[in-house]
Formats: sequence, C-alpha cells, structure tokens
Amino acid sequence: MVMETRWHNFTPAWICANITDGRFRLKSVLKTKWIKVPAFIACLGPLAYLAWKALHQELGPNPIEFVTHETGDWTLIFLVLTLAVTPARKILRRPELVRFRRMLGLFAFFYGCLHFSTWIGLDKFFDFAEMLKDVRKRTFITAGFTGFALMVPLALTSTAGWIRRLGGKRWQRLHRLIYVSALAGVVHYYWLVKSDVRKPILYGTIVVLLLLYRGGSWLYAKRSRLTGHPAPREGFVTAERPTTMPAAINKYRH
Amino acid sequence: MLVKKSADIPSSEITPKSLYMNRRKFIAGASAAGAGLMMAQRLVDLVSPWQMVLAGNKLSGVTRSPFSTDEKQTPYNDVTHYNNFYEFGVPKEKPADNARNFKTSPWQVSVEGAVNKPKTFDLDDLMKLAPLEERIYRHRCVEGWSIVVPWIGLPLNALIKVVELTSKANFVAFQSLYDPKQMPEARYAGIAFPYVEGLRMDEALHPLAILCVGMYGETLPNQDGAPVRLVVPWKYGFKSIKSLVKIRFVEKQPPTTWNISNAREYGFYSNVNPNVDHPRWSQAKERRLGEFLRRPTLMFNGYGDQVAQLYAGMDLRKYY
Repeated sequence: MVMETRWHNFTPAWICANITDGRFRLKSVLKTKWIKVPAFIACLGPLAYLAWKALHQELGPNPIEFVTHETGDWTLIFLVLTLAVTPARKILRRPELVRFRRMLGLFAFFYGCLHFSTWIGLDKFFDFAEMLKDVRKRTFITAGFTGFALMVPLALTSTAGWIRRLGGKRWQRLHRLIYVSALAGVVHYYWLVKSDVRKPILYGTIVVLLLLYRGGSWLYAKRSRLTGHPAPREGFVTAERPTTMPAAINKYRH
Repeated sequence: MLVKKSADIPSSEITPKSLYMNRRKFIAGASAAGAGLMMAQRLVDLVSPWQMVLAGNKLSGVTRSPFSTDEKQTPYNDVTHYNNFYEFGVPKEKPADNARNFKTSPWQVSVEGAVNKPKTFDLDDLMKLAPLEERIYRHRCVEGWSIVVPWIGLPLNALIKVVELTSKANFVAFQSLYDPKQMPEARYAGIAFPYVEGLRMDEALHPLAILCVGMYGETLPNQDGAPVRLVVPWKYGFKSIKSLVKIRFVEKQPPTTWNISNAREYGFYSNVNPNVDHPRWSQAKERRLGEFLRRPTLMFNGYGDQVAQLYAGMDLRKYY
C-alpha cells in the first residue's frame, strides 16, 4: 500500500494519469476549481438558446407561450438534476459531484424566476388582481406558485454562511423542501396539459424514482442502525470495502 | 505486512445484498436515462431545420361576404404553423411537418342519417353546391389564443338543403378521417379517434356555419384541415372539425370528442363566452397571435348579433 502511494508521488502526473484507470482522472478533473466554469456556462445554454431564437424571431407564432413553456421545462430539468446529485454521487462513488449541487439548484431557481416573471410580465402584464385570482382559483397555478415560493428560502440560504448559521442538520432539513418543490412542479405541469400527459408523467416518474432512492437509502441506514450494522457513509457496501461482519459473529471474537 | 483475506461470509449472504444494490442502481440509472432523453430532445429541437409548408392551389371565382370582419388578418405562416390537429401530433408546430404527405385526393364525404337523399359527395361536387365565398372570421381557441382567418367555403345549409332533412333530424354529427397509417402520432394524443363533433340543427343551418375548403385564396393546407372542414366562428375552435369524411343527421345530441375526454371542461355547445371560465383558466381574455397584450374576449366571439337568439332562455353556465 505504502509503496504504491510513493510510486504515485514520484511519477510524472501525465504518466500516472495515462496508466491508471479512467476513474482516477475523472475524479481529479471533478475536483479542480475551474471545472465549475464550463458547468456554469453549460447551465446558461438554455437561456442562450432562447435569446438566440428571440434575436432571430424564431420563437414561433406565440412567443410568450413558447418562452413560458421553455423556461418551465428547464426549471423542472434543473430540479431533477439537482435531485439526481446525491444518488449519483453515492452510486457512482463520486463524492466530488456534490460540488455541483448548489449551482444546479440555483439554476433551477434562476429558470424558475424567468418562468415566473414571464408569467407576471409578459403573460399577465402586471395585472396583479388577475394573478391573485389565478393563484387562488386555478389549481395548476396554485401548484406552480407553491413550488416556486418554496425555492426562495432555499436560494437565500444556499451560501456557506447560512449553512453555518443554521447548522448542518437544520439547514439540511430546510433544504428538503426541494422535494416538495419538484413534486409541485410536476403536478403543475400535469394539471396544465389538456390530454397528452407523456412529458409530465416522465418528469414525475424521474422525481419519484429519485425520492424513492432517498427513502430506500434512509430505510437501509435505519435498519443497519437497528441491527448494529454500521451503514456505509457513502452509498452501499461495495467490493472495495471490507464487508461488514454479521453481528452474530461478534460473540466468537475476543 | 497486512494480508487481506476475503471476508468469511457465505456467498448466500452476499448475493441478495448485491441484488439489492443493483435494484437501486437501476432506479438511478433509469432516472439518469430519462433526464438524458429530455436533454437529447432539446438538442434535436435546437438543430432541426424550420421548414415551410408549400401553399395549396389558387381558388378562383370566390366572392366576398358581408359576414367578413375587416380586422387585421393573422399572417399565413402563423395559421399554418400553430395548429391543434392532434391526429398529426400534439405540439402545435407538429401538424405542419407530420401532415406534409397527408393524402387528400380522392376525397369523399358521406352524408347520411335522417335525410331523404343520403349521398356520398366527391369533393368537387361538394364545392359546387353553392358559390365559394371568402369569410374573414375571428377564430378563438378554447386555450385562450385567437386568429383572424380569410376562410373560403360555402354555407353548410346549402348541403343540408340538397339532402332534405326528415323530421327526425334534430342534430348533426360530424366525423374526421382517422387513418393510423398516415397519423402515427395520434396514439399519443390522449383523446379517442376518429374525432367527432356535433351541432344542433338550428346551429348547423345558421348562415355563419360554413363548409370550408380553402383559406388565403388557396385550397386548405393539410395541417389546417384539408381538404374540407367545418368553421363555426362563434364557438371555440375545437368545434370546427377538420378533414371531414362523414356528416350524419341524428335525432339525439351526438357525442363529441372533447366532451368525451373531459365533460367538466368541454361542453357540447362550447360557445365562446368570456363570462364562463374553463375550470382551469379564465376565458375573459385572449391572445391574438402577433399581439403582445391580451384583448378582451367577446361574447359569441363577437357574433352575438347573429347567433344570440339561438340560445335565448338557455342557461349558458349550464350549457357551456
């Protein structure tokens, strides 16, 4: 073991990278500071796409509807991506992925803001009385508005300072509101469409799977605690880790 | 030196655990695949070329009609690329693409039911029933958008006169063509096909109701309901059934597609009415394609002077 580490230390990085497996390289890339820059730019892609279309007058016969649908879609996609970070980092055993979670979450909020302001400014043209009526009366708008409103505190408390102030446990509990937000978003979409529900069902299935993963993960950890098996901190028992001994074996040990 | 030994657990205990893990991997994998698919679709949308559907043939000898509005007509390109024609796909830009090769000739319309002279009309015969007129109508979709279209057609009552109604003809039922081979995306629409619609007999006889064979001086583009459709301007657009193949005169109120799909949201009458909201959205205003601000929706889509008496004494909240 020790020898191996030293061997790594004294070997030029490029040789090391070439002869070790792909995972090693990806890990180091994910850990670098600059990787967030292309990620950030990629997240701005949908906005650039809309801007490009607007500039070329290709938003179609009903541009306001088009922009509303696009920004709504991307809000849901970013919510899904944010929710996918934790399962992905556990299953792929890439804890570094968590570094992208805040960015993805904030982009969900960003596209949510665009979606919401399209509705306020372009669709309803600041007719607040009518909007209030809609929020109360139209269930799909109520659902969408709820989902959006719940993202506000999460965006505000997304900084390291706020994690410190709230304490990790409480912060985490607060940020579970994203589950409600995502579900509200899906319901909002489902209630909105007239008959072809394929897309809302697709979003819904993904969100439910991602939440089921969390549920399963939690149950597994709980059962492990009860039976005395320490639950692995990242993901599940893997071939690389020494397998946990069944509790029954302990009594034969001294 | 530490020698690692494999854990002394019987394989029978390990296998179920790995299966357990794999199940979760599958869950996450499926989610990731789904998210990936959505992204891919976006990319396809981004690069797919925007294509223009070629216009139809010029229609000659078309007379003007006093029923026409002088409001600004919606650009042809909008009326041909923003269509609800679910047989050819639900997204509004789809019918323009998917109906490109729709076969509209030869075309026959069967007229049957409570009439003395049932007949199957060739399209040409149908077009000779009365002089073709241009009718520039407002067209209001139940979804809250509207257009102004110079339709070309003839009064539906010209056809009704020819086939001679019997005393049992209280309603008329319409049916669209449904050909799954030509309409492969119809099965995702979430509504039943063939599309069916209906009118009360006095509505069908009203001079504003037309059998429409063209628009903007030409034959109908496929995505707008070629080769012959109904246009009933005081009702929400979905009443104006497209690509007609059957007209049947009946005694009782016939079933209609959107009413079958969701009776609470779509009634048989479906007259444009700013005072009766759709359960999920207000009908008080509409967005005219090409305009920024919503404009107020007019009772009976602005045709109240002509049609209001058809509904005298009826509770339009109940008969929405």
